[in-house]
This record gives sequence, structure tokens and C-alpha cells, in this order.
Amino acid sequence: MEFFLQPWPWYVAGPLITLVMFLLFYFGKTFGVSSNLETICAIGGAGKFNSYFKFDWRKNTWNLIFVFGAIIGGFISYQWLTPNEVIALNPQTIQDLSEIGIQNAGQSYLPAEIFSLDALFSLKGILVLLLGGFLVGFGTRYAGGCTSGHAIVGLSNLEIPSLIAVIGFFVGGLIMTWVFIPIIF
Amino acid sequence: MKFIKFFVVGILFGIILSKSEVISWFRIYEMFKFQSFHMYGVIGSAVVLGILIIQLFKKGIIKNKDGKQIIVPPKKNAFKANFLGGIIFGLGWALVGACPGPMFILLGRGVLAILIIVFGALLGAFVYHAVKKWMPN
Repeated sequence: MEFFLQPWPWYVAGPLITLVMFLLFYFGKTFGVSSNLETICAIGGAGKFNSYFKFDWRKNTWNLIFVFGAIIGGFISYQWLTPNEVIALNPQTIQDLSEIGIQNAGQSYLPAEIFSLDALFSLKGILVLLLGGFLVGFGTRYAGGCTSGHAIVGLSNLEIPSLIAVIGFFVGGLIMTWVFIPIIF
Repeated sequence: MKFIKFFVVGILFGIILSKSEVISWFRIYEMFKFQSFHMYGVIGSAVVLGILIIQLFKKGIIKNKDGKQIIVPPKKNAFKANFLGGIIFGLGWALVGACPGPMFILLGRGVLAILIIVFGALLGAFVYHAVKKWMPN
């Protein structure tokens, strides 16, 4: 039980993610979370505005159920498997964040400066969340996949398009982290 | 009832990404600052093992539950879309520290702000399909 309460190291998490991918293939499906965004748009009536969303979303029900499971998995680990949320960050990371105005780095999973209710109810806070989400949703559908579909499945299948996409993920991530985040916060 | 297995695998996925701190904004920031091996280890070990597993699919050594060969659907080869879409995704990933999977997992932790991120992501997917005919492919 002690192991379940400690943070899991990378060499446990990585192979377990491969297990998730394997199980979905074994059950006749494929691992990819971002396509659910389109499914939810379709259910929400996006077909009224764009015929693309008029596909039969029921064929993706299994994937919505998978995502629903992931939400419950988050709930279970939060309630019972994470006695404290302290993350063993690199001290340099904590110092770098402090210098750009993000305090208490690693004391919990998420920075209060972005995710607290105070941030949520400020104009800047809500714009950051909305813009971040928008870029993720737009980019992942444009690129044809996200971290699961491209970085895990695509790279495992030695796909060049996925390698290109993952390089793109890093170019975008590095620009945001090194250039924009210090300006935004 | 046939969907229960996907629900269980989803729970497993949520717990793995929570317990390994992959859903933490700080871990994503640290990764892009090259200040920790953790995220590289998670993704790298998943991919190395994934390559081995998919080779076993291709050789027919591992079959699916119906005894059929497992086919991994190929990704569309569209250099500009993969690269430019990837960059846009990366900008968002680093800003809010959440890609689509972790976004939903964080929702299960009761983080209200995530609702705005999910709404933004749905809007992003919707707008992409409205403007895709003008996007380089």
C-alpha cells in the first residue's frame, strides 16, 4: 500500500501507459484522447453550424467512456491515493518560477496563480485558461493528434508525421515557456 | 455492459497520470526548462516499450481479443498541418500545463478552472473545423 501512496517514478508510469495503449488495441480500438473533443462538439450540436460535426458520434462512445473513466481515476487518486501533493521539483525550477512571480512551486500539483478561484475570477486569469485551452484544442485537431495519439501511439509505430508533430509540440512548448510565460506572469 | 472495460482502462489511465505527476503544470514547465528527466523518462519508456509491442502486433505474435491481427491506423502525412498544429498545441500545452488526457483527469480532482480550459479546447476544435480550408496542409 505504501507504494500506492508515494509518487510513481517514470519507469513505472511509462510502461503502464504502454499497457493502457496495449489494452485499447487488444479491445479493438486505438489510443487517442483529443478526438473526444470533436465527439463532444458533435453531441453539443456543433453539426448545426458545420456539417463536419454531423458524423455519427455513437461510434466513439467507447472513447467517451474511457475519458469518463479517466475523470473517475483522477477523483480516486485525489481522494485516496495522494496523501500530499508535494512534487520533488528541481530547486532551480522553483527558483526560476519564483523570479517570474509563481510562488510555492511544487507544494501542490497546480500553481495558484493560474488555477485558484481568485485567478479564475480575474479577467487575465480567465483569458489565460481560455487561450491555453483554445490552443490545445485547435492545435491538436490541426496536427491530427495529441500526446497520446502522436507522441505515444504514433512514435511507437515509427510514424514520420507523428515525429514532425512531436517536434512541433516542443517548438511551441519551448517558445511558450522561455518567451511568453515570463511576459504573461 | 460492453463498455465497462473501457471505463476500467480509463480509471487506470487517470490513476497512472495522477500518481506520476504528469498532470502537474509544474512537471510540464520543468520539462520545457530541461530541468528534470521525469517527463522524458515517462514518455520515452512508454514509446520504447510501445515500439516493441507494436512490432509484435505486426508480426502477428500478439492478436486482439477476437484473435485478429492488430492494425495500427496510420497518421495522415501532412507536413505543414503536423508541424504547425503541433506548434499551436505546444504553446497551449506549456501555458496551461495540460494536454487533452490530463485536462479531463484534473477535472476529476475537482479543479474548477479546468472547466474553462476544457471549454477553450472544445471551442478550439470547433473553430479549427470552421477555418481548416484556409489552413496550410
